Amino acid sequence: MTKGRFGIHGGQYIPETLMNAVLELEKAYEFYKQDTAFWDELRQLYRDYANRPSMLYYAEKMTKDLGGAKIYLKREDLNHTGAHKINNVLGQCLLARRMGKKHVIAETGAGQHGVATATVAALMGMECTVYMGKEDCERQALNVFRMELLGAKVVPVTTGTGTLKDAVNEALRVWTARVQDTYYVLGSVMGPHPYPEMVRDFQKVIGEEVKAQIMEKEGRLPDVVIACVGGGSNAMGLFYDFIPDKEVRLIGVEAAGEGVDTERTAATIARGSEGIFHGMKSLFLQDEYGQIAPVYSISAGLDYPGIGPEHAYLHDIGRAEYVPATDRESVEAFQYLSKTEGIIPAVESAHALAYAMKLAPALPKDKIIVVNLSGRGDKDVAAIARYLGREIHE
Amino acid sequence: MSKLAAVLQKHKKIFAPFITAGDPDLETTKKLILAMEKAGATLVELGIPFSDPMAEGPVIQEADQRALAAGTTTDKIFDMIREVRKETDIPLVFLTYANPIFHYGTDRFYARCAEAGVDGTIVPDVPYEERGELEAACQKYGVDRITMIAPTSEDRIRDIARDAKGYVYIVSSLGVTGVRSEITTDIGTIYKRIREVTDTPAAVGFGISTPEQAAQMARLSDGAIVGSAIVKIVAEYGKDCVEPVRDYVKKMSDAVKHCEE
Repeated sequence: MTKGRFGIHGGQYIPETLMNAVLELEKAYEFYKQDTAFWDELRQLYRDYANRPSMLYYAEKMTKDLGGAKIYLKREDLNHTGAHKINNVLGQCLLARRMGKKHVIAETGAGQHGVATATVAALMGMECTVYMGKEDCERQALNVFRMELLGAKVVPVTTGTGTLKDAVNEALRVWTARVQDTYYVLGSVMGPHPYPEMVRDFQKVIGEEVKAQIMEKEGRLPDVVIACVGGGSNAMGLFYDFIPDKEVRLIGVEAAGEGVDTERTAATIARGSEGIFHGMKSLFLQDEYGQIAPVYSISAGLDYPGIGPEHAYLHDIGRAEYVPATDRESVEAFQYLSKTEGIIPAVESAHALAYAMKLAPALPKDKIIVVNLSGRGDKDVAAIARYLGREIHE
Repeated sequence: MSKLAAVLQKHKKIFAPFITAGDPDLETTKKLILAMEKAGATLVELGIPFSDPMAEGPVIQEADQRALAAGTTTDKIFDMIREVRKETDIPLVFLTYANPIFHYGTDRFYARCAEAGVDGTIVPDVPYEERGELEAACQKYGVDRITMIAPTSEDRIRDIARDAKGYVYIVSSLGVTGVRSEITTDIGTIYKRIREVTDTPAAVGFGISTPEQAAQMARLSDGAIVGSAIVKIVAEYGKDCVEPVRDYVKKMSDAVKHCEE
């Protein structure tokens, strides 16, 4: 087996033009991973710039209302730029700067990773170009302007389905054309090695903080941790530190769209099969000839036909469970958290909440669930209104 | 020596046209293969269309979309090749991505290649490091695994070239496939480094569209590979593309074959 494997998954399936760039990245990451000064600088940015640690909040009203397990929310929505994405981007841009790269590119779905990349590029004085599916540009128009305000160039991607996977395709294509001076800031635990491992390492702070915070509040580990999964970076970040703690259930919630039994879904573990795409061997939604399926979810951030290779592995070995939540369930959870706790969650995170709302009442009151509130929902308000039949002009 | 290598050795210079199979339909693809052979093609590269071809520029991306929309599948392409094999021995090489092969079943895919008469495959997203993904099946069925060398390959050139079967595909420029006004990569140096480790022929592709460019690349290497410029003609003329493609291929292959004169 080649490098960067999680069981059979992972690898480096990319065009030759990019190989030396990926190997250079791998070498740089291996070096800085061991470098104390690098991590000191990153931790300082986490604290002073990104507002870490994010709080672990006991959702008391929600817990009482559901009448079962205690629910805690990991408030990644309170990070600078409003989502967990900043953790990874700070790490990668710091690395890009040490590698001497002046231009960063990124793909984005919901726009959160694009906004985070544009933000950190502004901070570090780098040129930034973000590739975003045309459909997503429309769904998340506010984020497009936000990125432009931050000085980034946003390029709408019209090929394919005009969503996240097409944005990744285009970012990879552009990277092959400008590989010498460009750093590709991949937004999730996917793509060729070393990205899945590196992005996880930059996100694992989520789980590490949760562990310390829950020990302080409850004096014990949680029984269940839940996160939404598209590519899977917020979930991997939450899960990673808990993998050795076998008593902690790890649950990833996929976007079922209109239902796992329909064609309008993005539930990769539920409906996907083994494949090789976007640089990795993993699970993908595809047809009988290996053509990547057009996927659908109300959430632009989960609207992706694959899943990170480490998730595929955790699924294979049975360490993590993956369950679907539909658009409808997620929109209900979105409304529920807003009304119950006064927190408007990202529609992505609402998928994790939707499953927590099913699970909590079924568990005794002495059980503890931690839900990763991976992002805030401001960006989704107009889309949710539309879903509920109200047209809002932004 | 593979059949492909043996055929290529008979030619002083290689001209390799590329078309996407099933664009606009497989009947036309069959006619194009035969017409391009008559027009002087040394071999034909056939794209198995993929939903997300990450090494392709807009021209071939659109061709893949057209072919898939027309209902082209890997099995139908194999059927077409079985038909065309009744009429020609010209070397045929598939260009496709890892997933259509892997999902079809790598062993089953190469078994079909051998049985239908496909001589080699080019798979841009299976680099040297991941060659194990395809190697066993390629060897088992005697199908050449054609490898690519890019302007960024540098110290990787030797390993890739040593591993080469059939021919080496030299990627002329950074970026994706598509017509370019000029090629600035030092092809001569790359070619020399390939020659230091292997006798396998090496031809240049990506961005070539004029007879002058083709002749220049053929002088610097063993030949030229042309895709997007032909696919553009197919896009423009649809089912009536056979004649204009034949004329274009004739012009290009003449330029390659007479490049030393």
